[in-house]
Amino acid sequence: MQIGLFVPCFIDAFYPGVGIATLELLERFDCKVDYPFDQTCCGQPMVNSGCHDEARATEALFVKNFAKYDLIVAPSGSCVHQIRDNLTAIEQTPEVKHVRENTLELVEFLHDVLKVEAFPWARFEHRVGYHDSCNTLRNLGHGKPSELHGEYFSKPRALLEKVAGIELVSIDRPDECCGFGGTFSVTEPEVSTRMGQDKIADHGRNGAEYIVSADSSCLMHQSGCAARIGAPIRFKHIAEILNGASQ
Amino acid sequence: MSGNEPNPAATMARATPEPQPRPAKAADGKRVDHARSAKQFLNAPEHAKSHDTRVWAMRTKRDKQAHTIEEWEELRQLASDIKTHTLTHLDTYLEQFEANAKANGIHVHWAKDGAEHNRIIHEIFTDHGVKSVIKAKSMLMEECGFRHYMDGVGIEIVETDLGERIQQLDGEDPSHIVVPPVHKMRSDVARLFADKLGSDPENDDAHYLAGAQRDATRPLILDADAGMTGANFAVAETGGFVVCTNEGNADLSANVPNLHVASIGIEKLVPRVEDMGVFIRLLSRSALGSPITQYTSHFRGPKQGGEMHVVLVDNGRSKRLGMEQFWSSLKCIRCGACMNTCPVYRRSGGLSYGATYAGPLGLILNPTFDAHRYSNLPFASTLNGSCTNVCPVKINIHEQIFGWRQVLAENGHLPWTKKTGLAAAGKVLASPKGYRAAIKATNSALKHLPRWAIYNRMNAWGEGREMPSPPDNGTFHDWYKRHRLNRDGASHNTPEN
Repeated sequence: MQIGLFVPCFIDAFYPGVGIATLELLERFDCKVDYPFDQTCCGQPMVNSGCHDEARATEALFVKNFAKYDLIVAPSGSCVHQIRDNLTAIEQTPEVKHVRENTLELVEFLHDVLKVEAFPWARFEHRVGYHDSCNTLRNLGHGKPSELHGEYFSKPRALLEKVAGIELVSIDRPDECCGFGGTFSVTEPEVSTRMGQDKIADHGRNGAEYIVSADSSCLMHQSGCAARIGAPIRFKHIAEILNGASQ
Repeated sequence: MSGNEPNPAATMARATPEPQPRPAKAADGKRVDHARSAKQFLNAPEHAKSHDTRVWAMRTKRDKQAHTIEEWEELRQLASDIKTHTLTHLDTYLEQFEANAKANGIHVHWAKDGAEHNRIIHEIFTDHGVKSVIKAKSMLMEECGFRHYMDGVGIEIVETDLGERIQQLDGEDPSHIVVPPVHKMRSDVARLFADKLGSDPENDDAHYLAGAQRDATRPLILDADAGMTGANFAVAETGGFVVCTNEGNADLSANVPNLHVASIGIEKLVPRVEDMGVFIRLLSRSALGSPITQYTSHFRGPKQGGEMHVVLVDNGRSKRLGMEQFWSSLKCIRCGACMNTCPVYRRSGGLSYGATYAGPLGLILNPTFDAHRYSNLPFASTLNGSCTNVCPVKINIHEQIFGWRQVLAENGHLPWTKKTGLAAAGKVLASPKGYRAAIKATNSALKHLPRWAIYNRMNAWGEGREMPSPPDNGTFHDWYKRHRLNRDGASHNTPEN
């Protein structure tokens, strides 16, 4: 099985460590991973603003880059949601359908496809608050959102519990949005920032040393809020911890 | 400091309570600027915190109540299905309702819009020589600008719902469809009542304030010439309607005067009385997290010697029924659960939406009334999706918010700067070379520009947040090129640059 690794634009630019951890982690499980060099973005910034026409060329390029792989894996829930559910600006050819139906977010891939039982190389001796991004939780089905009735489950927490030394803490509002919201973060900066500050405070007062998530975009926003107010909390992508980061 | 000493900070805070934030209203013909109004609300930190805490508590109570009912998710599906069925056959059920209501002795009127609704009721009032009216809370009448119209023709309207009365006395719109003054603190109400009702401005005890309002309003209720209610449900098979309240004020409005007029949106229809067994279980649990409202009143005809009128109002509803993407918003039973769960609503306050309906529901309803005026509203959302999950009739609210963005963009309602900015982004992101150059430029700017050049008025991200730091050893792309491309053909790709 040939996997195409999609490293979303802002991860490529600002968080190369997340891309590296994802690649190394997949290789630890003997996956054949390729990184198509001409990749850019999934089209989400335009599409989430209603500008589907403006996203057409970007979506077409994405499909051109990734159609040749059996599976596409990305360490970003919101980008996977865009590809799977909203990549509709271009004609829905068999190639496009193949890409949309075979794009997986990293946690889903590890939990549902590889069914990973252990991460023997991983040890993270810290108190961790897990941040469910809204896209992974409510659009990709990483877990049961608190407002729905039903059996509790959480794929990312199930993976993190296999990491030695880790202590997961619960927060008061377990899955309230952190306020990133894509372009929302700059069109509604005050509300966005307030939500980010509230989110960090919730983790802080419940004893988390790290906020960990499967979405770097939420973490980029939260770490920006934390740095501005001098909150002593740190941020990690789940791929980095599962790949053995110790701090 | 010893425990007995007064805390000077607390005393000072009490002496000068934080003034109530009052977001500016958009002028006629202008777009509502949600972000600006939200900022004004957040600039009153005590109000902002109290609002978020109080509204979140309703969401928490809703969860607790919902989770006590094992078949909760099935109930939601059933309610959604009943609404789908009713809306699919709305013409039939409306005619059935009209025929049965008439047979019960109710006068039935049809209003195509708010103006006609107001005119019809004005005529009824003129015929009966009505000068003063007591009224229960009704979002439909807010939609129609009913109170404003009646002010203009010299008929006195007295709101009997405590929250709505507070908003009426303050000259403000409701900020929440179930809890109209939820953005106010007790100190705001104490000052308002002192000014309007002559109560003690220093006493902000909730029981004292409710009592002051009760004493002032009861005589008006007893002397009113007519009573008005809305309806939560209208039952086709009986020609009756159901009103749910916690204060019993709808019952006073309906039963004390001899004339009762009810305004009912045409989407309020349900086929059978037994359908109430589904909706009543969902309504108050979703709204306030209580098992049921204190009063669930079924009206079926005029009281002895009295007269009852029902005005069935369209006001854009048939147009909405014809919108393929958005028709299911007509299922809404106005519980407010989507507002309570919405993190943006809780931070920005209901008045920041500058429209009849605030919160997620408002984002998808208001543009149907005036697409341009409310074109910013569907962007006042992070698309987190919790509104859809709490909706008792399973409206796909967040998908409709997403859908409205496209409709508004395609119809020229996006601000020019946003549209051109995204068009430029679309071009860059469609070109690997352009994309790499843009990343290089961004990271170089973040690394080399002085702080004042990065954090300025043009940088909305930087108002309350730091920018991400450019990585020390280049992008992932650079790393991959250095570490993987020269290793025994690990990649099939040829780098462009």
